[in-house]
Amino acid sequence: MRDNLCKQTLFFYFRQVNILKHVGAYFLMIRLVFIKPTKRSIMYGLVMKEIQDLILGSLGIVCFLSFFVGGVVSIQTALNIDSTFIPENLVGFATRQSIILEFAPTFMAIILAGKVGSYITSSIGTMRVTEQIDALEVMGINSVNFLVFPKLLAMTLLPIVIIFSMFLGIFGGWAATIYGGFSSSASFIEGIQLEFNSFHVFYAFVKTFLFAIILATIPSYHGYYMKGGALDVGRASTVSFVWCSVVIIVVNYFITQLFFS
Amino acid sequence: MIQIKDIHKEFDNTPILKGITTEFKRGKTNLVIGQSGSGKTVLLKILLGLFTPNKGEIYFDGIPFSSMTDDEHRTLRREIGMVFQGSALFDSMSVIENVLFPMRMLTKLSEAERIEQAETVIERVNLIDAKNKLPNEISGGMQKRVAIARAVVMRPKYLFCDEPNSGLDPKTAIVIDNLIQELTKEYNITTVINSHDMNSVMEIGETIVFLKNGTKEWEGSNQNIFKTDNEAVTDFVYSSNLFKKVRKLYLED
Repeated sequence: MRDNLCKQTLFFYFRQVNILKHVGAYFLMIRLVFIKPTKRSIMYGLVMKEIQDLILGSLGIVCFLSFFVGGVVSIQTALNIDSTFIPENLVGFATRQSIILEFAPTFMAIILAGKVGSYITSSIGTMRVTEQIDALEVMGINSVNFLVFPKLLAMTLLPIVIIFSMFLGIFGGWAATIYGGFSSSASFIEGIQLEFNSFHVFYAFVKTFLFAIILATIPSYHGYYMKGGALDVGRASTVSFVWCSVVIIVVNYFITQLFFS
Repeated sequence: MIQIKDIHKEFDNTPILKGITTEFKRGKTNLVIGQSGSGKTVLLKILLGLFTPNKGEIYFDGIPFSSMTDDEHRTLRREIGMVFQGSALFDSMSVIENVLFPMRMLTKLSEAERIEQAETVIERVNLIDAKNKLPNEISGGMQKRVAIARAVVMRPKYLFCDEPNSGLDPKTAIVIDNLIQELTKEYNITTVINSHDMNSVMEIGETIVFLKNGTKEWEGSNQNIFKTDNEAVTDFVYSSNLFKKVRKLYLED
């Protein structure tokens, strides 16, 4: 029993040390992103390519999901209003609040951790496995800056994607409410306008910006420092998705505390 | 010329290199041979600056690597060309873009000058017809030739090749070996090749360093490797029946 407890304590200790090692290596990588920059003309092309792959490439799935999830939020809200004392415009109000405060920034970020995060980890991981990163290093190029900085810069445009998500989420809610016959268009729109606080949108953009940094850097870290072969690239993608989700949820909690407490 | 003096390297308290001392001459193809796990790749990565030795020094044309300033390191990197085992070509770039890449990143030449220089080298490795193809559209041998073109396009003083023949058929392997040797002479490069391919040893092994368990077991050339009495070398060289027969014929002659 005592031996078992000792083993568990040691295991826990080494696990914490290991996590701290990764946290340290992650921040050292972030430092490397900004030193010895790549030529501006080359970087411009790389950033444009990343905007195409990471931002424009995600727009379709974000719009599709936002529209339908907005619809589901409004239907659920409408179906759960039993009392006649609750005004009909609550459907629009609740949809707006859910979409702007949480769904568009946080849940879209988690969905993008799967799409964009996996793409980043696997592309950088494959470059590691096939010695392309070593080739960059041998040429005297700062491979971290070359690979991570364009992704980081492209991902700072994530708030634009979130604007689409907000708009289409609320639009989906409106469409589902009207075509489902849960409320009138006028009362839904009234609900959307009810006690609108622009600070909520600001809060959503601030956290989206932080999530964008997380989405660009954590998958890059897992890809860049991965070891092994093709199978390990897949494993690194999974680990990076898990860590991205965990960090996004935790950061979301602290940001919410900071802004609203 | 590259001089290596008493290089030691260990990972997690396991010694990998145990005091290697040798020199690689300019204008010659210097081969480092040995079994898998003998420390060849670690030695190459130390030469490239990807690993730092625990002890010892490397001199590039007489200048010790450890005392170089950051600027000197940067300059040295530009004088190094590397051919990786798996070619390490950038997948998203065509053949010519791969060759242009180091020039675009590291030189201030005009784009026209870069293209001219890249095409000259691509022509030298006989790939001009495939210059617009992507790496996955060409064969393994062609990929190796692109990697060689990319490595020499900056006219390096030092060329390192990590098992350039791995995965190639014997005929293509000879083409690659000869190409490396020709370029070594043409550009007067100090070439270091990691290999365990005996054909390469025979074809281009002007100087050969044999490593075993992290130590230098033997040093010589392809002229005298068949005459050596060193047991470790003969074990390695005559591990195949073909070479046993070759040796027999050689000694009979």
